[in-house]
Amino acid sequence: MSEEKPQRVRIVLADIPRPSRTAATRTELTEQTHVGDALVRGLVRAQLALAVRLTAVVAIGLGGLPLLFAVAPVVADQRLFGVSLPWLLLGALAYPFLFAVGWAYVRLSTRAERDFTDLVERP
Amino acid sequence: MTNSYAVPAIVAITLVTVVIGAFGLRLARSTSDFLVASREVSPHWNAAAISGEYLSAASFLGVAGLILKYGVDVLWYPVGFAAGYLALLLFVAAPLRRSGAFTLPDFCQLRLGAPWLRKLATAFVIFIGWLYLVPQLQGAGLTLRAVTGAHYTLGVFLVAGVVTANVALGGMRSITYVQAFQYWLKLTALAVPVIFLLGHWQRQGQPPIPTPTEWLLPLVGEEHGLFATYSLILATFLGTMGLPHVLVRFYTNSDGAAARRTTLVVLGLVGLFYLFPTIYGVLGRFYTPDLVATGETDTVVLALPGAAIGGLAGELLGALVAAGAFAAFLSTSSGLLTAVAGVLSTDVLGRGSVRSFRWSAVVAGAVPAALALRVDALDVSQVVGLAFAVAASSFCPLLVLGIWWRGLTDIGAAAGIMAGGGSAVGAVLVTVVGPPLSGWAATLVEQPAAWTVPLAFTVMVTVSIMSRRRVPASVGAIMLRLHAPDALRADTPR
Repeated sequence: MSEEKPQRVRIVLADIPRPSRTAATRTELTEQTHVGDALVRGLVRAQLALAVRLTAVVAIGLGGLPLLFAVAPVVADQRLFGVSLPWLLLGALAYPFLFAVGWAYVRLSTRAERDFTDLVERP
Repeated sequence: MTNSYAVPAIVAITLVTVVIGAFGLRLARSTSDFLVASREVSPHWNAAAISGEYLSAASFLGVAGLILKYGVDVLWYPVGFAAGYLALLLFVAAPLRRSGAFTLPDFCQLRLGAPWLRKLATAFVIFIGWLYLVPQLQGAGLTLRAVTGAHYTLGVFLVAGVVTANVALGGMRSITYVQAFQYWLKLTALAVPVIFLLGHWQRQGQPPIPTPTEWLLPLVGEEHGLFATYSLILATFLGTMGLPHVLVRFYTNSDGAAARRTTLVVLGLVGLFYLFPTIYGVLGRFYTPDLVATGETDTVVLALPGAAIGGLAGELLGALVAAGAFAAFLSTSSGLLTAVAGVLSTDVLGRGSVRSFRWSAVVAGAVPAALALRVDALDVSQVVGLAFAVAASSFCPLLVLGIWWRGLTDIGAAAGIMAGGGSAVGAVLVTVVGPPLSGWAATLVEQPAAWTVPLAFTVMVTVSIMSRRRVPASVGAIMLRLHAPDALRADTPR
């Protein structure tokens, strides 16, 4: 049990980036030069913009439904495939919709990170 | 409606949980193994474990019961429970994993460098954890009483005891496997009876299900229905990311990209699960209308197979559902207990050793068990909804602003948590122990998220701007750590 303490330290402080190789841009990133800082700010802004855009998709596509039902109750009274429309939308279709948005996010954010990595590692 | 096959099924599920826990016990050697499974869990195992942990008594029993009782308006509960993972994916998953924080207090200290803020975060983690644990234990008591006629206390003690022992002895590694197993068990236990129930309904010539207008159509016959609906949407969409047992799991991903993939799989698994409770709620209108009359709608999932199909098949399916319900109590309680015990052992009772974790698990399990014995009249789903509202008004703004906004300060974070989270806690206390309210006051207190979440964000941003000089000097390095792609740190030892 003597190994307990060092183990705990490793948990809390895991993953502090300590580059051993010295790619120039990478050093700029970790040393917080102006260039590095601008690079990180750009990435953070791009990722945030992506998340906010997809949030807007959900806010309108799903979050707009209660308002729509309130403003136009006739919509809520429709039937599709013999099922009441609100039941079909909320009981079943909402889940594939959410998954599709999540899938799009994973794809797009991964691509943004790959582009950023390419930019940094470019010789 | 006692069911003679339910007891063996529940005993079997409890034994399997203990055995898998014991299997993991032999593998758990160091503190790191114990708390975070040494971060060797693959995204698929991890996603099944997260889903297994997440689908609680509220999901397994409560959602179907609510739908049976209230109809279309409460479909937002399961949609929101699932959508919470989308919000988590979009704003939190990858950066949080990269931060290396294991708990929310860790995140506070890491991002804002203020040890005193840990205390506040710890208090909220424990409050939310216990608020969420009480209805799980309560659900266990109610289920055991419904299917076997046993005393309410027995179910509470059974689940509390098994889970506490399992967490205290096996730690996180063992419960990862337990949780993953329990997701599939819960899905099976809910899906298989649905197939039989729908088949039975078809054979009967699809008898029409009675659908009163206020049940069938949204926002009919409800006071302030639109406000309550949006409040519920905010609480559930934003509350998931602030639940302590959800966050702890993210540390077991290998890196930020894995955390994202895991979250997406969770979104799929949880969404798949939520297709089924609705069917129980709808068929319950036809087969178990007496539950609506007596108000025992929470037991519809347990009662439906026996009431609709009957005979041996009905009893066997009923036993399967009861086993699934117990899996739900066991897995969610395990996750909550691990999270609460984790912060108790690092911040309150000890310094994070295995021994202090074990003692903390005992304390973390004993308190909600005692509370659950006293409050058996409380509504299961409502309490869970309130836990989401508290999480959405305290930790959601902390995480979102902490990850995406450089300007957050320790004082701003504390003020926001106190204002938003504090109001939500107040609303919880008034709902649970206060006098009955009516009109707008009742709506604002029962569904507080629509005002407490904006309040938390506003206060957090305003106070942070006012205390601008307290922005940590290391904020640039922290932002880099949170957002730099994993590939750029490939040379960092994991």
